[in-house]
Amino acid sequence: MPRFVRYLAPLVAFLALAGLLYKGLSLDPRKVPSPLIDKPAPEFSLTRLKQPEATLGSADLKGKVTLFNVWATWCVACRSEHPVLMQLAESGKVAIYGLNYKDDRAEAQRWLLRYGDPYLANAFDNDGRVGIDWGVYGTPETFIVDQQGIIRHKHIGPLTQEVVRDEILPLVEKLEASSG
Amino acid sequence: MKFLPTVFAALCLVWATTGLAGLEKFDFTGNVDEDRYKELIAEIRCLVCQNQSLSDSDAELAHDLRQEVYDLMQTGQENVQIIDFLVARYGDFVLYSPPVKPSTYLLWYGPFVLLAIGILFLVKTVRQRTRQTETGFSAQEKARLKAILGEEADGDKKA
Repeated sequence: MPRFVRYLAPLVAFLALAGLLYKGLSLDPRKVPSPLIDKPAPEFSLTRLKQPEATLGSADLKGKVTLFNVWATWCVACRSEHPVLMQLAESGKVAIYGLNYKDDRAEAQRWLLRYGDPYLANAFDNDGRVGIDWGVYGTPETFIVDQQGIIRHKHIGPLTQEVVRDEILPLVEKLEASSG
Repeated sequence: MKFLPTVFAALCLVWATTGLAGLEKFDFTGNVDEDRYKELIAEIRCLVCQNQSLSDSDAELAHDLRQEVYDLMQTGQENVQIIDFLVARYGDFVLYSPPVKPSTYLLWYGPFVLLAIGILFLVKTVRQRTRQTETGFSAQEKARLKAILGEEADGDKKA
């Protein structure tokens, strides 16, 4: 028996290592877990993109489950996720707010006119300071904020139909059910 | 070997561009110590180009974070406070030297565990080998060996 074990040990070690490396292949090092999950959304108050005289702040994210989407016109992947956001907005399943990150106000307004506006409102983060508070490092990023204003989820990279179906909507429904 | 000069030229280009990240011209005449600032931004990882520090990276976010670090230093914050500020937003990943805590035990101690296993294995193998050379021959073989060696010894005497 010990002899049998001795011959098998390298094989087991190899399989363990191969398994570990195989798992590594499917991990994306660009997706850094956010320390903000399950923490209150960072306080902010910025002018609105479309109505510079009005403000949008963390208080507006409370009271209902919201999607907080960080985007910019210079962000190529934002363009690709835009139709997904439009569809989600039309479905009316969740309130979508945006953080227009380090962008040009006029250009961002034009973008929304041209491609459609899925947002209830956008906060205009000109210098990216609010982005830093939210730990934004690559647009697009999407946060799910619950009724109490607690961040429950962060999706890094463009939203796709699959992400919305498998990740976003199930969590939104769960959060809405938990404290209806 | 024709490609070697090309490779060399390419490497020269890479070397020429490293360390050229457009560092902002901050004012270090006030209460912000330039050396402390430079040390600090070299310890912080840029999240956009993940294998570069804040001081090396030319990414937009790196610019913003350098500004943030400078501003925090200007308000009199200590290194620990500045690092806490960044970790609270971006996680331990911003640190080039991750803190020792349960989730990083494997990272910090794993190599030593592997080394220990390796040494154990080596010691065991070496011992086994020595034992084998001591008792490697059967009685019959030993007798034959003795005979052969004896013959040779005799031969030497004759010569």
